[in-house]
Formats: sequence, structure tokens, C-alpha cells
Amino acid sequence: MSILEVKNVGKRFGGLQALNNVNLSVQENSVHAIIGPNGAGKSTLLNCFVGKLIPDTGSVMFDGQSVLGRSPHEINQMGISRVFQTPEIFGDLTVLENMLIPCFAKRDGAFELNAIGSVMNQKDMLERAEEMLVDMNMADKRHMHAASMSRGDKRRLEIGMCLSQEPRLLLLDEPTAGMARADTNNTIDLLKQIKEERDITIAIIEHDMHVVFSLAERITVLAQGTPLVEDVPENIKGHPKVREAYLGESA
Amino acid sequence: MFGLETKDAKLLLLVVALTMLAPFLLNPFPVDSAMAQFNAGYPDLMQRFVIFGIFAIGFNILFGLTGYLSFGHAAFLGVGSYAAVWMFKLLSMNVLPAIVLAVITSGLFALLIGYISLRRSGIYFSILTLAFAQMMFALAYSVLTPITGGETGLQLALDDPRILGTSATAEGNIPVPGLFGLEMRDTTEVAMGVWSFTFNVGYYFSAVIMLLAFYLSIRIFRSPFGMMLRAIKSNQTRLNYTGLNTKPYTLAAFVISGMYAGLAGALMASMDPLAGAERMFWTASGEVVLMTILGGVGTLIGPVLGAGAIKYMENIISKINSEILHSWFAFLPDGFEDFIVAIIYPFVGKGWHLTLGIIFMLVVTFLPGGLVEGGQRIAKLFKGKKADANGPKGKTEPAE
Repeated sequence: MSILEVKNVGKRFGGLQALNNVNLSVQENSVHAIIGPNGAGKSTLLNCFVGKLIPDTGSVMFDGQSVLGRSPHEINQMGISRVFQTPEIFGDLTVLENMLIPCFAKRDGAFELNAIGSVMNQKDMLERAEEMLVDMNMADKRHMHAASMSRGDKRRLEIGMCLSQEPRLLLLDEPTAGMARADTNNTIDLLKQIKEERDITIAIIEHDMHVVFSLAERITVLAQGTPLVEDVPENIKGHPKVREAYLGESA
Repeated sequence: MFGLETKDAKLLLLVVALTMLAPFLLNPFPVDSAMAQFNAGYPDLMQRFVIFGIFAIGFNILFGLTGYLSFGHAAFLGVGSYAAVWMFKLLSMNVLPAIVLAVITSGLFALLIGYISLRRSGIYFSILTLAFAQMMFALAYSVLTPITGGETGLQLALDDPRILGTSATAEGNIPVPGLFGLEMRDTTEVAMGVWSFTFNVGYYFSAVIMLLAFYLSIRIFRSPFGMMLRAIKSNQTRLNYTGLNTKPYTLAAFVISGMYAGLAGALMASMDPLAGAERMFWTASGEVVLMTILGGVGTLIGPVLGAGAIKYMENIISKINSEILHSWFAFLPDGFEDFIVAIIYPFVGKGWHLTLGIIFMLVVTFLPGGLVEGGQRIAKLFKGKKADANGPKGKTEPAE
């Protein structure tokens, strides 16, 4: 069953047709990668999923409901969490507080004016956040300022924050961009582990072929705003169109 | 204690001690000594310390936590003052109903202005709030004269109805604001040896209200709501993608801080029952920004310290004139004395703004965390020495 259904999506920025008639279907509980050369429209497509951009044409359905015209926070409440290319975390807050915020957001929904009770008295929320920190293997960093951590740790924290909301679809925008090899491998392992332990669908945009081929179950190749092929990784590697458009230079 | 963490409870107790003992602490110099002019323990100034403390505490809930810099907060101060004076005119001279109405009215104004201004962030938000405040100032000054008293300000009169009180006292005077018979202006002077201390009902009433306001702000800072506000300052994008609409949070913070300003305005009117449009002028809005930054943005006690520092300079440094300077430096040779006085003179008296400006620049440049950061650095210096004395076991504490 497909959880995310993209039909005929087009988006134009002035003279540039960033997306042209994109059709895509992400199966539930799969890892779906979207690859393509720079400027292929990968990030534009992702921004259409989360409400940051509204496509000019076409439809984006999540679990049978349209996401178009909804604001990012509403789409998140539908069950889509997003990890950014540069980790978006609360840098001025501690790691524990970073993890607490999505827990509160998940429990309270849109708005809760709890201005008198202390955060430290919210035992269930604290437990939840601590659990997630242990899962992310960063419990020892709980009192650190998030901004002072390494890129890999920030990424881990961001993924943990998204997971603590128990999303049905996790969107990853180049999760290993700018990372050292060791951090990249850690992130791959983390994502594999997440996939094994949870009922979750992962859609990943990635440049790094190593990451894509170690994670993805299906791959869509975008080039100049149009999907070229969609297939399992084994078939993508040798596909002539893909070699031409994307792997061409290196192959 | 009081539902607070130990560290916060200690801070609260410290502030309780400081405010309750203020008449002693602010009058450290004997009455007849040359230093007596540095005494700040007279009712008028002490009241201003705590009232502007409340104003700054409230402003810090908005600016310190969410990072939204309102440049029109004095508007709510003015609204609070007008509402309180109207209560004195129509209902009675009891300060409690005046304060309640002022807080509600300023909250409603904040709701309206915040709802519109919070559609934008950053500099545009600041400009919008400034525009609203200036509009309200202009209206209060001219068109709304029947409500605000226009240029002369809103004053009490002998023929005000005061349906629950009396229009005039038995002696034919306008009654004064009070709390169930306790007049705000009641003052007791206590002479102890060469020292003299002043205890004023209005000051202690305002101080108790400030302590309540301070306590509430600690609770807000430590609450889930406060955490969300800090998250807004830190990264609004992430918060949006965490399923939270930030607007109700910023609006709630704006209304709460507007109500704090209204409370401060009501207290000003309770101490001296008149209200003028100049209270809403943009320089008054700028002053509370200075207080908060000088004391330490986003810290609990910073705004109170900043308010105290600025009001102290405004009232004490501005009183130093050239004669006083000459008397200080009289021991120097004549020409040299004139030279020194000529150098210092621009910084005192009417030039106190220059001193404030320089101190402000120094603080912002070298102590971005304000006076609180200065205090922390000094404390660290002492702790560091102690730790050395006790051997290498000195424990490192996380920065606050």
C-alpha cells in the first residue's frame, strides 16, 4: 500500500521549470530514495511534501489526504516528520530540552498554555525524552547545549526528535551532507536500526551513492524536474538512462 | 520550595531580602555626610525601582524568551495608568480594583496589537509595535482628550463620582489612593544614630506586587510554555516542523508581558494618581529595552537590576551639579580643579544620558549577558580561587 502518492506535480520558479509532471508513490514501511544530480528538483519536491512550497499543478496525498495548502505544523501533525540538510535543532537549548519539545508537541497538539507547572514535574514527558536519548545513544550529553555538539551528534539528535513524535513517514534531506565518513556510517547504521525496530516509512534524498545503495529498497531518479526511472537498487545501478543523466561522469 | 528548584528559590529569597531591606540598603550614608546625595532610599525613587522592575520583568518574558523585540511596550504602561486613574475617578480610591482593571485593559490592547504585529517578525515586528505605540500616544495627546486629559494629563477632581468612595475628604481635599484605609503616601521616618531610614506604604505595597510578579515570571521561565518560548527564539523553523503553530505562543507571551506593563502603569498611578500621554512616548518604550539589555536579556533577575541601575542613574547622577563637583575636588590646586571638573561635568547633571550611554555600550560590548553576566564572572573568579585552595577537585558547573 502506498502511503505517499504524488501525481503530476509541477512547480515553476520564474523561467525555471523545477518540477515537471512528477509521479511518485512511496510504499508503506519501505525505504524510498530519491536521487538525481544537482538541480534535479529533489529538494523542491520534498518541500512540496511538507507544506513549505505549494506545487503549481498536481496533487500530493498522504495516507489518502491531500497535504496541499496545509501549513508545515499541520502536515507534521498528520504524521510526516522532516530532517533537514543542515540539522535544524534548538541550538540554545540543552539536548534534553530539544528532545522534550517534540514530546510535548506530540502530547499537547497545537497549543497548550501551561505557564505555571514546572517542566521538571512532567515525569512522563521526561521519561519519554530520556528513553529516546538512550535510544539515540546520547544520554550522556543530555545537559549539553545542542549547538556545541558535532555535526553527527546534531544529526542524531534531530532524527531522534523526529522519531519521538512517532511519525508514519520520515523525510530525510541529504542526511549525511557534509559529514565525515565515520559519521556517515554511523548515520547509516542508525537509520538501518530505526527501520528494523519501528513501523516507519522513510523517504530519503541523497547525493551519496554509498548511503543510497546501503539503505534504499526503491529508488526514483530525478533529472531536470522529471523522474527518469523508478526501480529497485540493483536495476538502477546499471540502468543506461541513469548512467547517462547522473552517474555518467564517474562511470 | 514554593514549587521552585532550589537555585530559583534562593534567587527569589535574595530578591525578597533586597526589596524588604531596601530602605536600609539604599541609605548607606549618614544624613549629614557629603555622600548623602548618593542615598536612594527615598519613597519616590524606591517605588520607581520596583515599578520599573515589574515593567522590565514583563518585557523580558517577551523579549528575553521569544526574542521578539517590542518597541512599543510603553503603550501598555500608559493604558494601565489611564485605566487605573479612571477607576479612581469613578469607583473608589482603593488601588486593587484599579490594578485589576488596568491589567485587563492592557491585556486586551496587547491582544489586539499583538495579533496584528505578530504577523511579522524581526525588525518589521518592532516597527509595527512602535507604530502602534506612537499612534496611541498621538491619540491620547490630542483626539482622545475627553478620556485621557490630553496635554495636561488625566487628573483627579473634587467632583469625580467615586461611587464606592467619597468625592472629597472631610477637609475638602481630593482623597488619596489607598488599600483599605492604608494610604499609599504614608511614610515613617526612623532615625538611627546618624542614619535616617524611610518606610513608605506605597513602596512596600509595590514591592510585594513586584515579588509576586517576579515569582510568576520564574514559574513561566521554568514551565513547558516558557520552554516553547525559548524554542521559538532558538529555531522557529524546527518548531513549525515539530507540529506546533508558534503564533499562539508568541501572542500569549505578548499579552502576558503587556499585562505586566499595565500592572506597572497601574502602580505608577496608585503612587501618584495622574496619568499623562508622555508615559507612552517612544523613549519610554526604548528605556525598558535598555533596562532589559543592561541587566541581562533572558535572565530572571537581570531586568530588575537593569531597571534599578537606570533609575538610580536618572535620579542620582542627574542631581550632581558643578558646585558639588567643585566641592569634591576643592583639595586640588585651582587650575587643576577647574580642569577636572570641566572633564567630568558633561557626564553628570543633565548629561547623565552620556554616562548611561557609555555604560550601556561597555556592557553590550564586553558583557553581552548584561550585569548578570558580570556578576557571574565575578562569582566564578571567587569560586575559581576557592577551588584552587581546596586542591584540584574544583567542580565545573554548567554555564547558566
